[in-house]
Amino acid sequence: MIHSLFLVNSSGDIFLEKHWKSVVSRSVCDYFFEAQERASEPENVPPVIPTPHHYLISVLRHRIYFVAVIQSEVPPLFVIEFLHRVVDTFQDYFGVCTEAAIKDNVVVVYELLEEMLDNGFPLATESNILKELIKPPTILRTVVNTITGSTNVGEQLPTGQLSVVPWRRTGVKYTNNEAYFDVVEEIDAIIDKSGSTITAEIQGVIDACVKLTGMPDLTLSFMNPRLLDDVSFHPCVRFKRWEAERILSFIPPDGNFRLLSYHVSSQNLVAIPVYVKHNITFREGSSQGRFELTLGPKQTMGKGVEAVLVSSQLPRGVLNTNLNPTQGTYTFDPVTKLLSWDVGKINPQKLPSLKGSMSLQAGASKPDENPTINIQFKIQQSALSGLKVNRLDMYGEKYKPFKGIKYMTKAGKFQALLSN
Amino acid sequence: MNGHRGFSVLRSEAAGAVRTALVSAENLQLTLKTELSQEEQHLTPHTHTNGGPDETHTKGYCTEVNEDLKEMLESNKESLKLEAMKRVVGLIAKGKNASELFPAVVKNVASKNIELKKLVYVYLVRYAEEQQDLALLSISTFQRALKDPNQLIRASALRVLSSIRVPIIVPIMMLAIKEAASDMSPYVRKTSAHAIQKLYSLDQDQKELLIEVIEKLLKDKSTLVAGSVVMAFEEVCPDRIDLIHKNYRKLCNLLVDVEEWGQVVIISMLTRYARTQFTSPWKEDGVFDEHNERAFYESDEEKTRDETEAKPYMMDPDHRLLLRNTKPLLQSRNTAVVMSVAQLYWHLAPKNEVSIVTKSLVRLLRSHREVQYIVLQNIATMSIQRKGMFEPYMKSFYVRSTDATHIKSLKLEILTSLANEANISTILREFQTYVKSQDKQFAAGTIQAIGRCATNISEVTDTCLNGLVLLLSNRDETVVAESVVVIRKLLQIQPTQHSDIIKHMAKLFDNITVPMARASILWLMGEYCERVPKIAPDVLRKMAKSFTSEEDIVKLQIVNLAAKLYLTNSKQTKLLTQYILNLGKYDQNYDIRDRTRFIRQLIVPNDKNGALSKYAHRILLAPKPAPVLESAYKDRDRYQLGTLSHTINTKASGYLELSDWPAVAPDQSVRNVEVIEPVKEWAPSLGKTGKSKPAKSSDDKFYSDSGEEEEEEEKGSGSSSSEDGSSSSSSSEESGSDAESHVQKNSSQSSEESDKSSSQSEKSSSESDSEKKERKTKTPLQKKTVKPTAKDGDSDENGNVAKEANSSSAGESSSDSESDSDTHTDSDSGTEHKKKTKSKAKPKVEVKSKKEVSLLDLGDFTPAPVTQHKSSVLSPSLLGDLEGLSLSNVSSTIQLSGPAFVPEKSHDLLHRMTGKGLSAQYQFPRQPCLYQPTMVSVQISLTNTTDHPLEQIHIGDRSPTGLNIHCFNTIECLEPEASVTVFIGIDFNDSTQAANFQLCTKEDHFSVSIQPAIGELLLPITMTELDFRKVR
Repeated sequence: MIHSLFLVNSSGDIFLEKHWKSVVSRSVCDYFFEAQERASEPENVPPVIPTPHHYLISVLRHRIYFVAVIQSEVPPLFVIEFLHRVVDTFQDYFGVCTEAAIKDNVVVVYELLEEMLDNGFPLATESNILKELIKPPTILRTVVNTITGSTNVGEQLPTGQLSVVPWRRTGVKYTNNEAYFDVVEEIDAIIDKSGSTITAEIQGVIDACVKLTGMPDLTLSFMNPRLLDDVSFHPCVRFKRWEAERILSFIPPDGNFRLLSYHVSSQNLVAIPVYVKHNITFREGSSQGRFELTLGPKQTMGKGVEAVLVSSQLPRGVLNTNLNPTQGTYTFDPVTKLLSWDVGKINPQKLPSLKGSMSLQAGASKPDENPTINIQFKIQQSALSGLKVNRLDMYGEKYKPFKGIKYMTKAGKFQALLSN
Repeated sequence: MNGHRGFSVLRSEAAGAVRTALVSAENLQLTLKTELSQEEQHLTPHTHTNGGPDETHTKGYCTEVNEDLKEMLESNKESLKLEAMKRVVGLIAKGKNASELFPAVVKNVASKNIELKKLVYVYLVRYAEEQQDLALLSISTFQRALKDPNQLIRASALRVLSSIRVPIIVPIMMLAIKEAASDMSPYVRKTSAHAIQKLYSLDQDQKELLIEVIEKLLKDKSTLVAGSVVMAFEEVCPDRIDLIHKNYRKLCNLLVDVEEWGQVVIISMLTRYARTQFTSPWKEDGVFDEHNERAFYESDEEKTRDETEAKPYMMDPDHRLLLRNTKPLLQSRNTAVVMSVAQLYWHLAPKNEVSIVTKSLVRLLRSHREVQYIVLQNIATMSIQRKGMFEPYMKSFYVRSTDATHIKSLKLEILTSLANEANISTILREFQTYVKSQDKQFAAGTIQAIGRCATNISEVTDTCLNGLVLLLSNRDETVVAESVVVIRKLLQIQPTQHSDIIKHMAKLFDNITVPMARASILWLMGEYCERVPKIAPDVLRKMAKSFTSEEDIVKLQIVNLAAKLYLTNSKQTKLLTQYILNLGKYDQNYDIRDRTRFIRQLIVPNDKNGALSKYAHRILLAPKPAPVLESAYKDRDRYQLGTLSHTINTKASGYLELSDWPAVAPDQSVRNVEVIEPVKEWAPSLGKTGKSKPAKSSDDKFYSDSGEEEEEEEKGSGSSSSEDGSSSSSSSEESGSDAESHVQKNSSQSSEESDKSSSQSEKSSSESDSEKKERKTKTPLQKKTVKPTAKDGDSDENGNVAKEANSSSAGESSSDSESDSDTHTDSDSGTEHKKKTKSKAKPKVEVKSKKEVSLLDLGDFTPAPVTQHKSSVLSPSLLGDLEGLSLSNVSSTIQLSGPAFVPEKSHDLLHRMTGKGLSAQYQFPRQPCLYQPTMVSVQISLTNTTDHPLEQIHIGDRSPTGLNIHCFNTIECLEPEASVTVFIGIDFNDSTQAANFQLCTKEDHFSVSIQPAIGELLLPITMTELDFRKVR
């Protein structure tokens, strides 16, 4: 399956290579570099590149390309999913997944890759198992290891590997038993010129941080499970129980994990939490244009809209802008023509706005593209779809855990089309 | 060199001193700097300390001599060695050559330090190929490690041994693989499955031997092994479909619990398998009723076979099993699993069922960019054939400005395929915004898409054409050019009165610079020159002026235009044409010269070529077929969806064709697992009993499991509280009462047995004991014991073969019982043991009723370990609970075990003739009853065979009146041909007396009765021999 892996940074250098079968020369990456050159944006490099003897399947995360070399037929998603899992693992181990972090921890990276694949076939990808095999580096442990020469490598086969609960290790002990669940929803929307919604959909995830002793068996029920249209589970969730009763029943992995991701059924009308008023004019022939943008909260269920960030790609004809925000700060990059405005919190009494003029290229005709603006925001303590967790129960263990549930709404791909 | 050596000694000392402070990366760089100069010096004169005879050639280019690393490796300090190895691994990671250090490194292969050892392994695997002789030095270490009691060490030794690509050790590898394939640890067996592929790629001659090992491992019941061995199968012998037959049902049933990567491989293998073994479900309009089919599944095999051959199409139960067991995986978090299930449904499911994958595929679009790319490609192929599948999700394919270009064009592709009369206006409106996009490549793509919509949907052709004409005045050149090209194609399709469009384009001609667009306009002029008689010659005049500066493609069209005009309007254009032909004659491009010569001969009459020029008009101005605008994904469906070949649209190496459905299904009995007695209906229960229960049971698996689990919990806590203070004898009694509550499989008849059941509460607890004893003495009495078969195997082994397992008691921690199970598997797989069991079982056969015989026989061929049985019945996660439970709550002697197998057989409760169209069947799912511990759970499937809905089906009067039945909720309405499965609980009061009750509909009520066989009243438990004796 996966023959070799090359890590390539944004400037096109291979900074790590790993081979699971016989060595593939790194010159195979030349085909990748060619494709990289052809692509205008880093994202435009095709994920699958055929070469005369190999196939290159790559993913781009954190501005690092993970290029896997394949020699024969394999489902491409298999490789892609695995590469993403590798990135997730690195992130889990090192906190960040950057070139520097990988280079600093090259030995751990190698040990991890060695455990994750055998002969190109995934062996252990569950983070709980990996963490038993190879301990994540901490500052304390690094110091201790360098002094005592002890190791990061576990000596026993992780119990999870063999048990029927492969995602949980045995013998977990905590003095404070706690289970936290974050319901995070993202709204994707496209708003047209007139302010009406073209598409809007809500996707959500429930991320959990469970630190419970022993083998707890949890059930989580919702007040309104009908809202959930399409769901995908962590392998620990008992699917049939969900089918029958709409209850999440599971033995949780230890630590952080994503319990569930869901999609809110499209029948439900999505409440759009913010609105945009705008007035942008380019006058034909003149070198001045007017720009005016006002944001306001719409249906936010009484919660404040925070961390608002507006960005827009202005037409090429715009040379510079001279704008005045009523709050926050704005920047305009005259090279990339990217306007971004860090608004902060929206105050419903005094709506934030950005007004001013744009200087246009002299003699340039009126741009005919529609600029779009992307809006990011957060609403704390509310899930936009109205999803509510009813209760969380624990079986199988005697102690009383501390339970907590947090809701949050974020903008996903939230776009507004502007007229001109 | 000496100087350097001295320096590096110094350096290594220094390194020792500062090691604690230095981060290894810095250290590394320092070392590298010194290496450079060393390298220069060493390139020529070096003879290696490690030089084997045939190594010099591999060393020819060797780069780095790293003396200080070598010294660190040879030092006595573990920490120095480790530090050195870490730096060596750093070198490997950077792609630097570290093969120089091979002898120094290989010495450490037997190190006690696990991390050091692992790093040495990494090094060995990387360089052994280049230094074969030296690598051999390490082999004995691995051979020793292969016998290590620690399974992790055994496994990693095999991993490394098989990864050293040294042909000379092939026999050793072969031996090791064979041995590991029957290792008691599933983890080691998994490793051996991986090793098979490695050995195969090293030496293809071992194929036959390896196939034997694969065959053996395919029989393995561990979910850990399944994925890996199927992978090996795919790599080594994908054509040996016959190896799969016997394991097909097991693989289907295990699938949900296999790890996600294994699932992908198994699903794709099963897809190929199914295409060779089942007939096409796509024939006729095949409206297919799953419940009907289930009824067949329950009925005996013979009948099914007959039915399958007969018309109308009837799906093979195994085919259905595959579809049913893969469906839950659509909810997987792993995108590759979801995709592989989707392609399985696409290639195998009846047409009306395929659409259940839609929602899941659309969900994948929210994943990473690369995932989107692959999924969109597959959707593009699917949407061409089946628009309806994705139409409801059209909005998911709307393009966002932040999408990558290849994602945008795929979405465009899909939207175009989805367009129909109903939604075209929405799509066109969406396209309008895309045309204005700043990404011009994408805008051009959109224009092509509009063209495709216009040809596909005749209603909008004119609208599209007008829209495209408007685009001709767009400022962007690529947009205009693309519009021209598309308009040209559209006009060709609809060559009616469009002369004004042609005129308009002629006017624009001067402003258009893109060659393709200019060529298109010229071609249009020529083709329709009779409609624009005034303009065409004028255009030709302009072109004659600029001919030399045009692109080749434009020149060709100029020549074309000239020729056509010459034929239609020779008066005005004769001179111009000749001028152009002369220019063309001396053009640099030979194509143009050729074309010019040809045209001249064709149109200009002279003596020699009179024959052809007569037809010139017909040749040049023949009506031409309109181009077909179709999707680039049109013929991608020749590749299996989800494959690499599909993505790159060429056959990737190692691609396995999906065969066409066979016209006649091959013998389906090959999938029946061998049994001695005719107990076919039990066959699928091998391995994964819980799931292979007929009818709904598989669908209900998790549900019932979790129900069961709650039940268990309740009971556990209840019993612990009530029994806490009591003695061990009372706890054994408890087990008895448990047992009676969970009534098990029927079997025989004898009055002796019913006797027994009345006094069952004592006996069942002592049963296994008596069985044991009786077996030894071989008294006929032993037929009474209806015990889980696993226990049979177990106790046999304990008693007769080895003592290794019996020390582990039920009260042990979960990890203990795992290793316990390992031991069992091991001894189970030994054929010798099996034979013993078998020969023991034989004498019993004669004295037993048929059913019981098979019960015991089954023990012979499914000697699965206890834990395995549990996992087979309970969801994996549940096992954890159970183990926890048995630890804390239940008395240490008793461990509930799931039924070893559950018969498929269901009994008629109400025949459809007597039931006026309502038919009911019941069976014992052998699960603890949800409602009350003393009840037996019974599964009833109700089917409406009438042509009108039946209303309000419920349970009415019962007799004896005290009979305690937990009824199902009234079924408000049962549609014709529909069926429903319900569970009821009946308290038989430990007797085999029939439970009589009435099954009522709105209009009628029918008396029915359920008579339990004695076996169904028992609860299977597992206990060790010791406890067993104690209880006795």
